[in-house]
Amino acid sequence: MIALLISIPLLGALVAWLIPDNRRRPVILPLTGGAHLLLTLALLADTPPPALGGWIVLDPIGKLVLLGASILFFFCALYSVGYLAYRKERSNRVLCMGLSLCLGAISLACVSQHLGLLWVAIESTTLAMAPLIYFNRNARSIEATWKYMLICSIGIAMALLGLYFLAYATVVARQEPTLLLAPLLTAAPVLSPAWLNGAFIFLLVGFGTKIGLAPLHTWKPDAYGEAPGLVGALLAGGLVNCGFLGICRIYQVCLAAGNTLFFRDALTAMGLLSMLFAAFFVLRQADFKRLLAYSSVEHVGFMAIGLGLGKGALYGTLFHLLNNGLTKGVLFLTAANIHRSYNSKRAERVRGVMDRLPWSGWIFMAALFAVTGSPPFATFLSEFMVLSSIFTEGRMVAGVSVLLLFAVIFTGMALTMLPILTGRDGKDLDNSGYRDGLLTAGPPFMLLLITLLLGVWMPAPLQEIIGAAAAMLEIKP
Amino acid sequence: MNTFADQLLVLVFLLNFIVLGTSRIGIAIRVVAVQGMALGLIPSIIHDFSLHLLLISAGMIAVKGVLIPWLLTRAVSAVGIKREERPFLGYVPIMLIGAVATALAFIFAEQLPLAPQHKELLFVPAAIATLMTGLLILVSRKKAISQVTGYLILENGIFIFGLLLTEAMPVMVEAGALLDLLVGIFVMGIIINQISQEFSSIDTSRLSSLKE
Amino acid sequence: MPVFVNTLVHLLLTLLFPPLLIGVINRTKAFFAGRTGAPLLQPYYDMIRLWRKGSVFSRTTTWVFQAGPLVTLAATLAAALLMPLGNHPSPLAFNGDMILFAYLFGLGRFFTVAAALDTGSSFEGMGGAREATFSCLAEPALFFALVVLARISSSLSLSGMLNNFPLTVWFGFGAALLLMVGALFIILLAENCRIPFDDPNTHLELTMIHEVMVLDHSGPGLAAVLYGASLKLFLLGALFVHITVPFRSGNVILDWLAFAGSMVLLAVVIGTVESTMARLKLTRVPQLLISASILSAFAMLLVLRQTP
Repeated sequence: MIALLISIPLLGALVAWLIPDNRRRPVILPLTGGAHLLLTLALLADTPPPALGGWIVLDPIGKLVLLGASILFFFCALYSVGYLAYRKERSNRVLCMGLSLCLGAISLACVSQHLGLLWVAIESTTLAMAPLIYFNRNARSIEATWKYMLICSIGIAMALLGLYFLAYATVVARQEPTLLLAPLLTAAPVLSPAWLNGAFIFLLVGFGTKIGLAPLHTWKPDAYGEAPGLVGALLAGGLVNCGFLGICRIYQVCLAAGNTLFFRDALTAMGLLSMLFAAFFVLRQADFKRLLAYSSVEHVGFMAIGLGLGKGALYGTLFHLLNNGLTKGVLFLTAANIHRSYNSKRAERVRGVMDRLPWSGWIFMAALFAVTGSPPFATFLSEFMVLSSIFTEGRMVAGVSVLLLFAVIFTGMALTMLPILTGRDGKDLDNSGYRDGLLTAGPPFMLLLITLLLGVWMPAPLQEIIGAAAAMLEIKP
Repeated sequence: MNTFADQLLVLVFLLNFIVLGTSRIGIAIRVVAVQGMALGLIPSIIHDFSLHLLLISAGMIAVKGVLIPWLLTRAVSAVGIKREERPFLGYVPIMLIGAVATALAFIFAEQLPLAPQHKELLFVPAAIATLMTGLLILVSRKKAISQVTGYLILENGIFIFGLLLTEAMPVMVEAGALLDLLVGIFVMGIIINQISQEFSSIDTSRLSSLKE
Repeated sequence: MPVFVNTLVHLLLTLLFPPLLIGVINRTKAFFAGRTGAPLLQPYYDMIRLWRKGSVFSRTTTWVFQAGPLVTLAATLAAALLMPLGNHPSPLAFNGDMILFAYLFGLGRFFTVAAALDTGSSFEGMGGAREATFSCLAEPALFFALVVLARISSSLSLSGMLNNFPLTVWFGFGAALLLMVGALFIILLAENCRIPFDDPNTHLELTMIHEVMVLDHSGPGLAAVLYGASLKLFLLGALFVHITVPFRSGNVILDWLAFAGSMVLLAVVIGTVESTMARLKLTRVPQLLISASILSAFAMLLVLRQTP
């Protein structure tokens, strides 16, 4: 069954390659996405046993990331059918193939228990998404793609070195050399601290680059800003979650080794730094897609702080992982609609979105509130959980800084977006004739509804999964 | 036989310095190819003979020594660039920084506890020094192709460290790492081509319109 | 054989052999150029001819100008007494003589540059500036190489370092020695003003380094300059040859002959390098010299790491 999880997207990619007709090709995406989602839900309900000698196991953290990615992909796939109808001038073969391959790689990452396999899967997601950033084929997107490719490749290479350090630590300690998670966890207490610390540094740098933790986030605004909104949604929702999965795996080894302080302090520091960078660049940001990128940096930083804090904040952080992915999906998809309609991403060329595109405008407005953490959305719940845990732990400085930065970022985003969303449409602005349709406004609306739903009612199975995942990352006394 | 592997690693050090100092892109690519071939030989030398190791060696030499340089050379001839521009600090300071980094690599390697069969060998210093060289080249070069050679050297450095684990790591991960490297370079080559078409140059200092 | 015979042979070799090296180099270059070239003993004829001529001294020069070639020659001859030749200890060997060796050359260089500056001509000043810079950059390489040799042979005297150099040393320290030999070869070419650093046959003053410094000398002074240059090549070449050709048989005559033969071979190699390479752009010379320093520093690092 798990094999199907990975092979369905790969099959979808193959079919996408073979279909000659540019107009019909996008249909394969929702088909693949739908099958994948059904399979995911079935697997979540009925967990399969470990396969391949312990290399493939669907554990709670993996389930969470898989669920988020699958839901996001399905709705993005539905959206793509509508969106690509407006982009008929380009061939969408590479886009469809890349998206499907990415889903397959994310699925593989979610189920790998062997850290090397995890690394291969995450590297594949990086490579699969690279050509997609270049979809618009202009000078700016090629610059974005080059930065993305170079920086993320370096990061991934560093992560590989970290893995090698881990493996070598087992050799030095005269244990069975392995990169499988379970034996590593049992062997962790006897491994040499020098090698372990080195491994953690490199792995943090590597996976941190992937998720966009400051100061390794410099590729994010360019890549998210220039990629089509569809691709941006998957980057911000799918790939970030994948990278976070990698960090959680190291976190587990760290916990088992018993010296967590260094790693957690590093995570908290980088998280605070990310939020600071985000706050700084969100103010007076004229390009609303880059704005969303910085919002992503902010949330990644927030999740890193939550993870760095541990204990009570873990549940909230993991819940936030899910919420952030879905909310970013809404934001990027509707931003793509706005971009399509006004032919521009800059605040001076866009005005009165709620007037021209009522559906996209209102959905974006609601999502704006969601991403900054307003009730009744789920993001409020998760952020509240983490913040209350920060304050109960007595980390006053961190807590107050986080709150302040949240306020600054909310102000910044509102300052940019409100003039864009409100007001009347003007004759001086471009109008490409795009109209909100079922397929282009429906998916973001559904994602928004899910976020709203999770904010008021969390289904018990989901609570179980998140609880189990948090338990895996808790420090054993 | 271990000493022969050591001599090969000294060659790797030397090649690092050559790439740091040269301004000709063709030479940099060829040096990286030689480095890849030297590294490909090492697994067969340090461990007992087995078919698995032989295949790995052959694969490494084929990919790092022949295939990737061929891709890069094609990209270079498509773009028509022969020389790199003067790096930000100048060639001599960069070489000196590389020399200091190599010395630091030796010192750092002394601090790390090694398995008894790997003591006194040059693997860990070579790995760290090559890694730093790759990073230096990435940071100091302006042409996209030179940055790719820097990335290749970075990967070589990581591979040298991985050599300590050849008996431990299964084939799949090595193959996976190799495959990712190949596809990565392929994608980079395509991007470079597109850059040259768009900008009529592969000077990445021109890629500066996206700010803030 | 009694010691004084060895010393005699050493002195004769030192005094009479060096110009032959220049002759061999020129002959090799002529061969590559497709010419017959000057006779092998031409440098001797040149020096004898110059010795018989009179000197012309510019009115702007002082005693420094006249002292220049003489002090250089004296210093080089003194260094010759320190360098062991052909597997026999040198006439004056003591602990730490390698530093004296290096700095005797420094003394000679100082007086050459001073004599050049003394003329007050801009060409000589330019040449002096270049020579000073390049020799500064070349010095670390030489010293790192000496440290390597000292470490390998556990001796602080040139005779101790270079005489006990069996083939097994190469097997033990192969890589480090290769690096050091590469660096030494670059230093050899640089110190003796050979291509790729300086073209001895150029007639364009703006491109000269060594030639331009001695532009104003004439007669016996010029003969002293030519002879001193060839002696410097001989001594540094001897250092190089002792390391690269570890031929140490017990037989005395065989050793001397092997030494002479390998020096001639070295001259042929230098001539080949000169014929096949072009001169480096002046801005690239510091790069190459620093690479040589890095190479020998790296060799030193490798040797220090290994327990001898």
